[in-house]
Amino acid sequence: MKNKLNLFVVIIFLSFCFVIFYKGLNNPNTYSPKIKDKKNIPIFEAKDFNSSSYLNSEKIFEEDIFYIVNIWASWCVPCRTEHPLLMKLSKNHSVKLVGLNYKDSLNNAKNFINEFGNPYSQIIIDNDGTLSIEFGAYGVPETFIIDKNKMIIRKFIGPINQEILEQIKLIIK
Amino acid sequence: MKILKIFLIAFLCLSFSELKADENSDELKSKILKNIRCLICQGQSVYDSESEFASSIKLIVDRKINEGLKEDQIYNFLRGKYGDWVIYNPQLNKNTYVLWLLPLLLFLFGGVIIYKKKISNKKNKI
Repeated sequence: MKNKLNLFVVIIFLSFCFVIFYKGLNNPNTYSPKIKDKKNIPIFEAKDFNSSSYLNSEKIFEEDIFYIVNIWASWCVPCRTEHPLLMKLSKNHSVKLVGLNYKDSLNNAKNFINEFGNPYSQIIIDNDGTLSIEFGAYGVPETFIIDKNKMIIRKFIGPINQEILEQIKLIIK
Repeated sequence: MKILKIFLIAFLCLSFSELKADENSDELKSKILKNIRCLICQGQSVYDSESEFASSIKLIVDRKINEGLKEDQIYNFLRGKYGDWVIYNPQLNKNTYVLWLLPLLLFLFGGVIIYKKKISNKKNKI
């Protein structure tokens, strides 16, 4: 009787382990914690893409509207897939798009914009990636929604797709 | 000649103290970087990782040390941006109570079992 009970416990334990590991196989192997609280936008000074002059964050986000900060680079393949959606979004007048050009060559970035169009009202340069860290970014592409109180309220890691675009439209409505 | 010697000694002392300061900040930088998780290659610390994310974090940490921020202040800055997950050594808070207290509870539980067994063994012997 005792042996049977032991066997039963072992089988239950092994089945439990099997289920846990089997479920784990389908999970992505990178973990990214979700933002729960709203965060203030960082205070920074960055080089302007077009004029090479320096702009501060207050000047960039001065209007009382929603802003979308999109981190992009010409070498980033997923940035090309999301670009048409950003172009669509730029037609919405209740939001302004700010592009953060990440670790890129200026010439390549300009060619990218000339080829695919410019959805951004302002582009700033982040040559060493430190400005992206100030925003709490992981890499490219990444998109942040900034509300009228200058708080980061949402962050999307990876390229924007149609579903995310709809979410963004709902938020900025 | 004597004055020249004094100047030379003073100069050497000053240069060595500067070297020492650099050494200290390098040690602090390595210590901090080893305690930060690379969020792109999650099996590695930022110190070991060569990812774009890690190289930017290295620059940020260097900048913060030069700005005079203490180790804890730099960890708090990164926690503010990426949450507790980015630091390998998590702080005691409501999310990590189980993590910190469970080993202690298991240790106490095991201790109680061993103690009870010993007592019952003694009683059986008597």
